[in-house]
Amino acid sequence: MQFMLLFSRQGKLRLQKWYTAQPDKLKKKITRELVTTILARKPKMCSFLEWKDMKIVYKRYASLYFCCAIEHDDNELLTLEIIHRYVELLDKYFGSVCELDIIFNFEKAYFMLDELLLGGEVQETSKKNVLKAIAAQDLLQEDEAIETALKEYGLA
Amino acid sequence: MPAVKGDGMRGLAVFISDIRNCKSREAEIKRINKELANIRSKFKGDKTLDGYQKKKYVCKLLFIFLLGHDIDFGHMEAVNLLSSNKYTEKQIGYLFISVLVSASSDLMKLVVQSIKNDIVSRNPVHVCLALQCIANIGSRDMAEAFNRDIPKLLVSGDTIDSVKQSAALCLLRLLRTAPDLIQLGEWASRVIHLLNDQHMGVVTAAASLIEALVKRSPEEYKGCVSLAVSRLSRIVTSSYTDLQDYTYYFVPAPWLSVKLLRLLQNYPPPEDPAVRTRLTECLETILNKAQEPPKSKKVQHSNAKNAVLFEAINLIIHMDSDPNLLVRACNQLGQFLSHRETNLRYLALESMCLLATSEFSHEAVKKHQETVINALKTERDVSVRQRAVDLLYAMCDRTNAEDIVAEMLTYLETADYSIREEMVLKVAILAEKYAVDYTWYVDTILNLIRLAGDYVSEEVWYRVIQIVINRDDVQGYAAKTVFEALQAPACHENMVKVGGYILGEFGNLIAGDHRSSPIVQFQLLHSKYHLCIPSTRGLLLSTYVKFINLFPEIKAQIQEILRNDNNIRNPDVEIQQRAIEYLQLTSVTSTDVLATVLEEMPPFPERESSILAKLKKKKPGAAEDPDAAGGKSSPPTVASKPMPEISVNASYQPQGASGGSADLLGLSSSAPPAAAPASNDTGCLVDVFDMLGTGASPTSNGLTAAADENYKSATTPDLEAGPDKIHEFVCRNNGVIFENDLLQIGIKSEYKQNLGRVGMFYGNKTSVPFSNFTAEVSLPGELSSQLMAQAKPVDSQVEAGAQKQQLVNIECVTDFTVPPVLVINFLYNGAQQHMTVKMPVMVNKFLEPAEMDAATFFQRWKNLSAPAQECQKIFKAKPPMDGEQTKSKLLCFGLSILEDVDPNPENFVSAGVLHTRNQQIGVLLRLEPNSQAQMYRLTIRASKDAISTTLCELLESQF
Repeated sequence: MQFMLLFSRQGKLRLQKWYTAQPDKLKKKITRELVTTILARKPKMCSFLEWKDMKIVYKRYASLYFCCAIEHDDNELLTLEIIHRYVELLDKYFGSVCELDIIFNFEKAYFMLDELLLGGEVQETSKKNVLKAIAAQDLLQEDEAIETALKEYGLA
Repeated sequence: MPAVKGDGMRGLAVFISDIRNCKSREAEIKRINKELANIRSKFKGDKTLDGYQKKKYVCKLLFIFLLGHDIDFGHMEAVNLLSSNKYTEKQIGYLFISVLVSASSDLMKLVVQSIKNDIVSRNPVHVCLALQCIANIGSRDMAEAFNRDIPKLLVSGDTIDSVKQSAALCLLRLLRTAPDLIQLGEWASRVIHLLNDQHMGVVTAAASLIEALVKRSPEEYKGCVSLAVSRLSRIVTSSYTDLQDYTYYFVPAPWLSVKLLRLLQNYPPPEDPAVRTRLTECLETILNKAQEPPKSKKVQHSNAKNAVLFEAINLIIHMDSDPNLLVRACNQLGQFLSHRETNLRYLALESMCLLATSEFSHEAVKKHQETVINALKTERDVSVRQRAVDLLYAMCDRTNAEDIVAEMLTYLETADYSIREEMVLKVAILAEKYAVDYTWYVDTILNLIRLAGDYVSEEVWYRVIQIVINRDDVQGYAAKTVFEALQAPACHENMVKVGGYILGEFGNLIAGDHRSSPIVQFQLLHSKYHLCIPSTRGLLLSTYVKFINLFPEIKAQIQEILRNDNNIRNPDVEIQQRAIEYLQLTSVTSTDVLATVLEEMPPFPERESSILAKLKKKKPGAAEDPDAAGGKSSPPTVASKPMPEISVNASYQPQGASGGSADLLGLSSSAPPAAAPASNDTGCLVDVFDMLGTGASPTSNGLTAAADENYKSATTPDLEAGPDKIHEFVCRNNGVIFENDLLQIGIKSEYKQNLGRVGMFYGNKTSVPFSNFTAEVSLPGELSSQLMAQAKPVDSQVEAGAQKQQLVNIECVTDFTVPPVLVINFLYNGAQQHMTVKMPVMVNKFLEPAEMDAATFFQRWKNLSAPAQECQKIFKAKPPMDGEQTKSKLLCFGLSILEDVDPNPENFVSAGVLHTRNQQIGVLLRLEPNSQAQMYRLTIRASKDAISTTLCELLESQF
């Protein structure tokens, strides 16, 4: 996979993850053009398209579009399911996820994506394992929060 | 404000809310600038921030960046977070680095250091963060820093699964960035055996890595085939409960299955019969499962199941050996062609294109012709229709060409603008390729022009003319058909061009009929004349003059048109010139001369269809030559030369008309002797090449002719003038240094001590003389005091196809770094041409080899130990690393090869003297190849400061 973009129906970018090094200018250009192209497509249309020399797979969930650029020999259908798995993970974690969750917790969305995909390839497809990893992170976070609080009261 | 998970940075949430509440873009920018100012002052302030605050501000910056604003500070604070012992701080630091810090940043060294600490941490979550950061950035520096640690982590028995998964994909990313730096060596087999790992997540990640390794060296990793087959077999025969959480909507491990099926597509069908049978069983099972009723109505179930199925079909097509499987695959895809899911129809059309190219399944694909044509008519999504066009193109052969072409023509009328041009090309190719009856071909192309004239590129109408000219049997029909087509009240300009050309050649064939008598033909064409653009008018004028030859009875009418002020005084110089010359030609010459000059065009040489070339260029890969489909049909007519330009104005040559050449249509380059322009391209520097070819070139610097030969064969001169061209001449004194459409420049040089004699050769590649030709040597900047160059004057006239020589005497006064520049000016066809070309005169040309024994060498080496005297470079080798070649390069560079000096026989030691007018400079060299890492270390020491650097840079480009 070359990159993944999440954007809203209004064309606002919510998350971007690039798996190949690109200059910032080019990233912005690709994003702008691709968002326009996809938003112009009708609902019943095919989820795959050839765009420039890339293969694009996208799917809309409520107000958010998930869009991946994949290699020519990558499997399109399974890319749709990577998107779905990611949505499921977000959903499970946030409890019926909405666009706002991703805006306010964008760093969590990134961490979750890094567990699912690494370097553009699937790392862990088990929902349970990904959520376990994220839960472990949160646990560390809470421990630290408690520690900080204790310190403030001079107890640690 | 929704709940914030985890510890929740309240300040961040408030900020995000503020931004969301901004009513306008201006308000948002104002709020952001306020925040940026605040963060900047916090970072600059003397009060030290604690980890939490740093994390919060870095996170805010990240958010601002993701909104699309540029962030130019805070990087250092993010790097500081990496060394925090708090996980969340570290994590945010790494996130910021991954998203915002470019691989070329100066901070990367610090980042790499932090990663080094974390990667050996006892805490696996820290190791994972470090690995994720490497995978996200994946720079070359990282590959250098971690190419030992990561493979070790991957195969070590102590590593926990999640770390192994990250390590595998991290390595994959580095492998993509720097394939030369990632060598697994003896660990290769342990990596392959990860396919047997207990943990499905590890196998999935490893399978991606292994596929990339296999692509690099299939032989080394071929042991993975049997492991992949057995793993696949275990998955496809398992029930969906066996794999627990790796079953996705009742499909067992779809991601891993697809990876394994992909992996196997890198190899031919397994040789071992047992493995092969097992694989066939797997593929059959997958095909069988497709027929079973779905276990769930969810789209996720069918997507995952079909993803595996499509990948299995890809493998079946790749193996292309089992007719039974191929036909089954085809039938399965046939079912999908009318599936209600658009995505499946799209993919089925795409996969079937591949099946159409296999001889086993080509016929089976053809059964679905009607469905595909139907898709063309009914699909609502243009991307699906595009796939249908591709498939029709791929499945076309002689038996169905007429139907398919007819359907495509019908569709063309309503086709989307985005795919019209490509469709036109495809129709044109199919019509030509499968034409039995060339009248059908002519009809088809004229239809194309009628239906989609704007999308008919020049290649298409050139081609129909070539074919008509080459086939006597179709000429009369073509003349009649274009005549009819031109009668339409509005006809496309391309139709006028084709019509004009064909009637000019073959109008006589239909002139017997009073309805298309000469004067009628002429009037018909001329009724379009005033609507056409100048280039078309030029073509029509040529048609008219051809008419004078074909039909002397209408000479007066035509001359009247030529004489008309609209032509003879036309502001367009092309039209004016044609009118004047044609008028003159037809007034002064005898009918015999006229008949010779205006003779019918001779046949074109057979060559690759220019249309096919265009389609290939437009869609590389997607534009399979339909010949490849099933390997039947006519023999290919491929020639390497691209089709010469036949447009009227592009290659129109004034002396064509007055000089009595047969070429009046500006078709000189395609008219026989058609080979002439081809040989012209390379012909004008023949003597330089001859000299190079014999290997008897006068060379100095003590290099042997054999060494010179050796080097030459390694780097055949590339005739394109590229920016790095000059590097080719560091070790070479003769060859072509520049070439474009007009001019070729060759060089032949000799050096002795600090003097050089350089012969420059200027070849005129065109058929027009160059006038006011000047070539001067310019010595920019400092060079004017470092080098003396005296160029002899060169003749100001360079005749067409001729070559002029110029001698340049050069003296090296002192060492220099930039080469002199050749400034060339001349007039071509009245247009001023100016070019500058770097002359391959580098400081090493004034080097002469020196011999010495080991003791002397080491003594001198030690004496040259000041930092400015030495330059060392470590760089990646351009393969192959061949010892003999290296020797000859060093010799050609101007140095000796000192044997038995370096204790390591792989290393090279050389010495030389650089001659300048003012002094002689001693140069010593040591070159250490490392064939394992494919790297060189080059060390040069010289008795004068800075020279070693110049020489190092020159020599580095050669290895």
